[in-house]
Amino acid sequence: MSAPDAPAPTGSARKGWPLWEVFIRARRGLSHQHVGSLHAPDAAMALRNARDVYTRRGEGVSIWIVPSAVITASSPDEKDPFFDPAMDKAYRHPTFYDVPEGVHHL
Amino acid sequence: MTSPPVSNSRLDTDRQAVDQTALTGYALGLGDDVLILAQRLGEWITRAPQIEEDIALGNIALDLLGQARTLLSYAGELEGAGRDEDDLAFLRDEREFRNLHLVEIENGDFAVTMARQLIFSAYQCELYSALLTSTDPTLSALAGKAVKEVDYHRDHATQWVLRLGDGTPESHDRMQAALDLIWPYVEEIFDSSDIVAALPGIAADPAAFRAAWTAYVENVIGEATLTRPTPKWRSRGGRTGYHSEHLGHLLPTMQNLHRSHPGATW
Repeated sequence: MSAPDAPAPTGSARKGWPLWEVFIRARRGLSHQHVGSLHAPDAAMALRNARDVYTRRGEGVSIWIVPSAVITASSPDEKDPFFDPAMDKAYRHPTFYDVPEGVHHL
Repeated sequence: MTSPPVSNSRLDTDRQAVDQTALTGYALGLGDDVLILAQRLGEWITRAPQIEEDIALGNIALDLLGQARTLLSYAGELEGAGRDEDDLAFLRDEREFRNLHLVEIENGDFAVTMARQLIFSAYQCELYSALLTSTDPTLSALAGKAVKEVDYHRDHATQWVLRLGDGTPESHDRMQAALDLIWPYVEEIFDSSDIVAALPGIAADPAAFRAAWTAYVENVIGEATLTRPTPKWRSRGGRTGYHSEHLGHLLPTMQNLHRSHPGATW
């Protein structure tokens, strides 16, 4: 039971600090990639913690912080109806034409 | 090219007019400040409130240690007695250290560590900003690299002082108690010194940037709903080798490995 004057922590909290998801852009032109999560008392501190935990070796030029609690995730129970129907539809992959010579990186 | 008996011939020719003893002492003082504070911050590792804070304090300590390596190597080079950074860090005794009392006092609780960090990082921000225009190339190059590091340290401490000061009644009281405990060590930072006076254009006079330091720190204290303390005593003597009892306990921990295994590498 939490103390009456302390609001119940939201999300998966440890010692009352909420969890944050960290997204880092490695360099200009790339999109932000999820790199992990951390605990922090608020967004400003989460940003600083992310800087210390995830960009110590020059990994990024930009950081996004998102409260884990606001992420809506697909459920493992829904895995089959969500993802299985895509498995046997090979025609959705762009493999039925010849790549012209001289075109790289396709 | 004639070689003088000491090894630093380049320094002798380049800086004939510079007071080498004063410059050695200056580099040693600044280097000892960051070496000792790096050791103190390292004591937090595995003991910080959160693992994220463990890493943040470790990062800050490593930044300071990097600055200490540059400064102590430079001091050894200027001294010309063949002592390198390790000799200076690990083989000197208490009376030979030139650091401020502020950096050697014990960590206390997290609020005390953050109060000390706010005061010291705000000082370092002004110090390195001033040293950017130093005519000494080693000091100005160090300042160029370090000013960005300490700007972040100052921000980190600021964030915590704001949150603890303007937080719960208990966090406010403990943050205020931490400021009260740290404040007697502030005056020593800004003491005038013969060393700085002997190095015009090279050293940065702390008195010249005290107003900027005060403006920054008092703004944080005010925003954090805290009160600037008015201490009844002040520390002195660190720059001339007179230290509090705390340094004598810190040094054996810091120096033990090197003294037990001279020349050990990894």
